[in-house]
Amino acid sequence: MRTFAKPAAVALAALLTLTACGGGGEAAPAAQGPQPLRMTIWTSNEAHLKLFDEIAAEYRKTRPDVGEIKFDPLPFDNYTTTLTTQIAGGNAPDLAWILENSAPDFVSSGALVPLDDTLREAEGYEFDDLTPSAVKLWQAEGRLYAYPFSTSPFGVFVNTDLLEKAGQKTPAEMIEDGTWTWEKVAAQNAAVAAETGKAGMVVRDFDYKGWDNLSTVWGGWGAQAWSEDGRTCGFDSPEMVEAMTFLHKSIFTDKAFPGPGTTADFFAGDAAMTVTQISRASLLQDAKFGWDLVPLPAGPKGEYSVIGQAGLGVFKQSANAELAADFLAFFTNPGNSAKLAAYFPPPRASQLTADTLAKSNPLLKPGQLQEVVIGGIEKGVVKPNHTGQAELSQTVRAALDPLWRPGADVKAVLGGVCAKIQPMLGA
Amino acid sequence: MTGRADARPLTGGRPARSGDRAADRAAESTGAGGRAPGPQRAHRFSGGGGEQVFWTMRRRDNLVGYLLVTPQLLGSLLFVLLPLGLVLWYSLHEWNVLAGTFEFVGGENYDRLLADANLREVLGGTALFSVGLVVLNLGLALVLAILLNQRLRGTTFFRTVFFSPVVVSLVAWTIVWRFLLQDDGGLNGLLAVAGAEGPNWLRGEGTAMLSVIVVQVLKNVGLNMVLFLAALQGVPSQLYEAAELDGAGAWTRFLRITVPLISPTILLTSIITVVGSLQVFAQIAVLTQGGPGMSTTVLVYYLYQQAFQFHHFGYGATLSVLLFVIVALLTIVQWRMRRRWVFNET
Repeated sequence: MRTFAKPAAVALAALLTLTACGGGGEAAPAAQGPQPLRMTIWTSNEAHLKLFDEIAAEYRKTRPDVGEIKFDPLPFDNYTTTLTTQIAGGNAPDLAWILENSAPDFVSSGALVPLDDTLREAEGYEFDDLTPSAVKLWQAEGRLYAYPFSTSPFGVFVNTDLLEKAGQKTPAEMIEDGTWTWEKVAAQNAAVAAETGKAGMVVRDFDYKGWDNLSTVWGGWGAQAWSEDGRTCGFDSPEMVEAMTFLHKSIFTDKAFPGPGTTADFFAGDAAMTVTQISRASLLQDAKFGWDLVPLPAGPKGEYSVIGQAGLGVFKQSANAELAADFLAFFTNPGNSAKLAAYFPPPRASQLTADTLAKSNPLLKPGQLQEVVIGGIEKGVVKPNHTGQAELSQTVRAALDPLWRPGADVKAVLGGVCAKIQPMLGA
Repeated sequence: MTGRADARPLTGGRPARSGDRAADRAAESTGAGGRAPGPQRAHRFSGGGGEQVFWTMRRRDNLVGYLLVTPQLLGSLLFVLLPLGLVLWYSLHEWNVLAGTFEFVGGENYDRLLADANLREVLGGTALFSVGLVVLNLGLALVLAILLNQRLRGTTFFRTVFFSPVVVSLVAWTIVWRFLLQDDGGLNGLLAVAGAEGPNWLRGEGTAMLSVIVVQVLKNVGLNMVLFLAALQGVPSQLYEAAELDGAGAWTRFLRITVPLISPTILLTSIITVVGSLQVFAQIAVLTQGGPGMSTTVLVYYLYQQAFQFHHFGYGATLSVLLFVIVALLTIVQWRMRRRWVFNET
């Protein structure tokens, strides 16, 4: 009996709140007094929260009908799961950040309010300043369902102290020589690992589970998880096999990447390099080592760039959806967008200049911003995303597991991935 | 102690009818809490000069009884039985949380259950986990209980040591073990000192399941140990003495005296452990997330993935119906089998 208690209680709670909310929702327009708003986010960084609170306070000055605006941080690891559980429980936030990997699900579900009209009509909003490449993921049938508040390219953070200790060239020198390639980078990291005992290259958040982060590597081979239209599996393509063979060799033979089940935090000085988004630069505020930020190394197919995105949407289920959309328009207007750019690269073409970004990114040099951020956003490919991503992602994770051990048959494993996911894609 | 007649009805419906009557009479003649004058003297409806009193002692006692069980009863209704019904109901629907749609699909989720290619592996993993857990847990608990059932210096200390993981937070316990079990973790560090190279416990196909089982056994073995200890101390020592006089060796005494006499506890612990093993979730979520491959994806974890990660709430509900049926069947089988081997059961 007890077996049932947990899921059932959740379901019951969901039902009870659903019915409660159903009634409450209809009565809401008549509600009196200032209406509170709640936005779920995944950052709990104090500087971020402070900025959000400042923007919210400014908004409330002009809108006495708005009550408290609460920014509700949820843990990043299971952000989407928590969010959807809240929605199922009838406790949806008014606004929410949405990760790129769940974007297709949210955008196509009809759970979000279309934003075009509100944003276009907002005073001084300059809607057409939003770059098409940034909004693409968040549109369905020509309507915009979430605002791409962060378009963050992946770059490589480098611990220059560790490189020096191992007698390796700096990335700046290598870029100058034209040798900033995955092949050379892997060799460097293998040398650092052997020389210093620290880890070499860490693909952050991969940890042999979050495989979509590997697109920052296989992009250099021109490989894709699935085709552009999302219908054909790309894991068994020759490009992918070649990229994964490189990765497997670098991990298990050359030890250039820390192996499965080992943790190394670049930002604590445990690794020579890490591939991650530039928004992590804030972690380097108190870094005790010399560091640099450079673009992803070139692969056999040349230079490339990968971006991660986060959108901000308004839920239809919200009793104050209209108000929430209005706040969104304020939160992301040109002025506030420039402030948010300190942490979250904006989708506005006019603000994507090294000068503008430099003002709000004191940790990064103009050269780094130009190379990594602006260059990255211009030609960036978004990390893999698909409708039903969670299930797809889990299936790929399980099918890829046999790859992460010495002596694995790369081609066979990747063929196995496609055998598993092709039926899910083809539907 | 109050009068015999007063005390009895409070213990439930067990006392003989005459006891109930005695209570009624006592209430009528002396009021609540008074000492009963003795069953023979009063007549049933004689209180108040032949008028029928509605709130007899018996009814009052019943009311108090019902009031006392109400919170639990309401809790069971609201949080066990109603959800149970709802899960069945959900399992007949396709519930898209994001779009907010809830459509009746009849047996579609059950068709899907039958056709689910992953299910065989999931059920196999679940069975492996349960069998491994029950065997290791009960075996180790019994051995520990026997070892600690002796009057030696430090026995209390060791009892506390083995029981303490039971009161530790499950997630904290599991996270610490994840650090110990990772490739460059504490366990392999120890092995390296001894000159051996340990496997990558949580990433190997077989070792991952073994790790999850052992972590869970170490967490909960103390509880079964205490239950066994209590049962062992209930075995009369004369039986051992008599057996010894008859020339029975230690092994024979264990098999012929200890095991039969503690068999009710073995039944209890095995039911608790089997049911508990089918509910394992946090350990999997923290240690392996169902991997490598699907080797540690047990039924509850699979259910969680389907419902809360993939948003197939209807199918998740269907899986929990399956889980319910499995738990119910296993419990019934164990309950039925008890007559064959549990001592003192009729």
